[in-house]
Amino acid sequence: MTLRLTDLAKDELALITGFDQLDSDLCTRLREIGFAEGDNVTPLHFGLFGKNPISVRVNGALIALRRQDAKAIMVQRPNSESVK
Amino acid sequence: MSAATENLRLALLGAPNCGKSSLFNALTGGKAKVANYPGVTVEYRKGQFALPDGQLVELLDLPGVYGDCGHSMDERVALDAVRGDLEGERAPDAIVFMMDASHINTHLHNVLQAKNHGLPIILVLNMMDMAARDGITIDLPELEREIGIPVVSCVAVRASGRASLLDYLGEWGGDVSFGSAKKPSREEGDLKALQAKARSITRNAVSRVQKTETFSQRIDNWVLHPVLGVLILFLILFVMFQAVYTWSGPAMDFIEAGIGALQSGVGAVLPDGLVKSLIADGMIAGVGAVLVFLPQIIILFAFILLLEASGYMARAAFLVDTLMAKVGLNGRAFIPLLSSFACAIPGVMSARTIEQERDRLTTILIAPLMTCAARWPVYFLIIGAFIPSGKVGPLSQQGLVAFGLILVGIVFALIMAAIFKRTLTRGESSGLLIELPSYKMPVFKDYLTGLWDRGMIFVNRAGRIILPASVVIWFLASFPTHATETAQTWAGKLGGVIEPLLRPIGFNLEIAISLIPAMAAREVAVSSLATIYSIAEDDADAKLSTLISSQWSLPTALAFLAWFVFAPQCLSTFAIIRKETNSWKWPLFAFGYLFVLAYAAAGLTFHTANAFGL
Repeated sequence: MTLRLTDLAKDELALITGFDQLDSDLCTRLREIGFAEGDNVTPLHFGLFGKNPISVRVNGALIALRRQDAKAIMVQRPNSESVK
Repeated sequence: MSAATENLRLALLGAPNCGKSSLFNALTGGKAKVANYPGVTVEYRKGQFALPDGQLVELLDLPGVYGDCGHSMDERVALDAVRGDLEGERAPDAIVFMMDASHINTHLHNVLQAKNHGLPIILVLNMMDMAARDGITIDLPELEREIGIPVVSCVAVRASGRASLLDYLGEWGGDVSFGSAKKPSREEGDLKALQAKARSITRNAVSRVQKTETFSQRIDNWVLHPVLGVLILFLILFVMFQAVYTWSGPAMDFIEAGIGALQSGVGAVLPDGLVKSLIADGMIAGVGAVLVFLPQIIILFAFILLLEASGYMARAAFLVDTLMAKVGLNGRAFIPLLSSFACAIPGVMSARTIEQERDRLTTILIAPLMTCAARWPVYFLIIGAFIPSGKVGPLSQQGLVAFGLILVGIVFALIMAAIFKRTLTRGESSGLLIELPSYKMPVFKDYLTGLWDRGMIFVNRAGRIILPASVVIWFLASFPTHATETAQTWAGKLGGVIEPLLRPIGFNLEIAISLIPAMAAREVAVSSLATIYSIAEDDADAKLSTLISSQWSLPTALAFLAWFVFAPQCLSTFAIIRKETNSWKWPLFAFGYLFVLAYAAAGLTFHTANAFGL
């Protein structure tokens, strides 16, 4: 099952495994601002309506983005590594 | 490399909020050539400083940039400047790449990308003290070896923190001038490969003690809370507008007394006649009527600058994004819109940070609805004259009305955005993608400089625009000299042309006259009224607010306020819209829709107030 950044609960730690390649421009922007494979991410704050936007901690930086964009980031829970 | 006659030219490149502007201010003493409207770094700034050996260096402070794609207009400006593609600008001789040391793990790939500009480059790790506090240790020699360029640590806001950077620049700057500085090797591979390389470098060179929770995170638990956060934002804005009223009183009384003393001083020295009238009624009354609002403008900016410098502004953008999304706007639009509370011009310009062209246009079109500083004198005058200064509970009644007017502006901005997004600028909106910087204590000197700059812009406008406008109005309102009432003067005749159009919405002749020169700047409406009434009234000491409160009906005053919520004035705003959209269509459209709204709102207010027997 593929897990996306938007599937994570508040304060849940996960590992970025890759990007949805559908929108390459978005993908570039996500990479440039600091998301990369192997980085730890944790959603920290959610907006008032529909949990949108979200702010996530990645590598010590705090980045805010909308759910539709956050969906492009594929993640993996740390314990599922051992299962693999 | 550079000709011997030209100074060494360095470009400051780096992500937003990494401290480029602090370093720039510290090195150049804040003396920079900028576009007329300081604010967010939308234009690049140029300044000079001397290296320890006396060599002069020209420094370019560029807009924050993450990679090398140039998604938004201001990113493209930064990249064009580095590549030497900027019109009328020589390419820099070398790049000083700045990075927030705490965020080296996230951003290191950006410096790998920047190596490919092919210019000599050094990496400056800023805010090393904060990084140490957050438990981050960086092995500089290791980092230098791995990236293949010089790395210097720095604390830009402290002289001691800049010493090693200056020493380094002294040596390196000489090499760059002689063309002997090492050019970086090219980084091959796509962004993904560069990120992988950057991550492996930081794994070796950077160690981090996992702290439970940093200071910023503890604050954010409150400030970014879905419900509390919105309440805090609302509270901050509310306190800001209350403070503008309650704190400014003594200072305003002082300025008013000074202007009054000046007027009567001139009255005592000069003989009665045209010259005395020109100076006392034209110049002093006109300029004084606007200058008296300086304390309120300063308090307003004191808040806005503090919110910007502390790092709160990006949080506000996060909090209002849901609302912005509802009207189809980009969450980033919040920052240009908030700048527009100072002046729509920097607001329209900072819309350049919005990546999606349609969203940028929508933001530009609604920016004039934000209550800019030039509207404050009008609000202050009318509110002061017609709204009792009492309190509702602990709150200033006048502050409440001002807050209400601002809210009306915001609500209409959102409504218009929703309409535009469904018609003219239809299309998908781009998302919010911003970094929320760590909270910072603003640098006191930078803060005061910023406050001073904005105060001076206001004072300069009084000199450049309001003084000449007041003289023109005085002239038109004083001749022919046999005129016994305003309607018989040239100004009266001119105002009489548009008065029939404005009579249905409750405006009198004096208002009609004042609206014409207000095209130059909105606050000229106030100075013009001051001049017109000063000439018409024999009692030179009477305050403008006392005069209009006795001569205008309440519905007229309220209609005038409603008009100024939309205020289809200010030629400079339309000029900057024309420049930024590169077409006449959009400024004309903005003028048209603002005029229709202003007219309808004033008319509606006037007739409703009359119907209620106010």
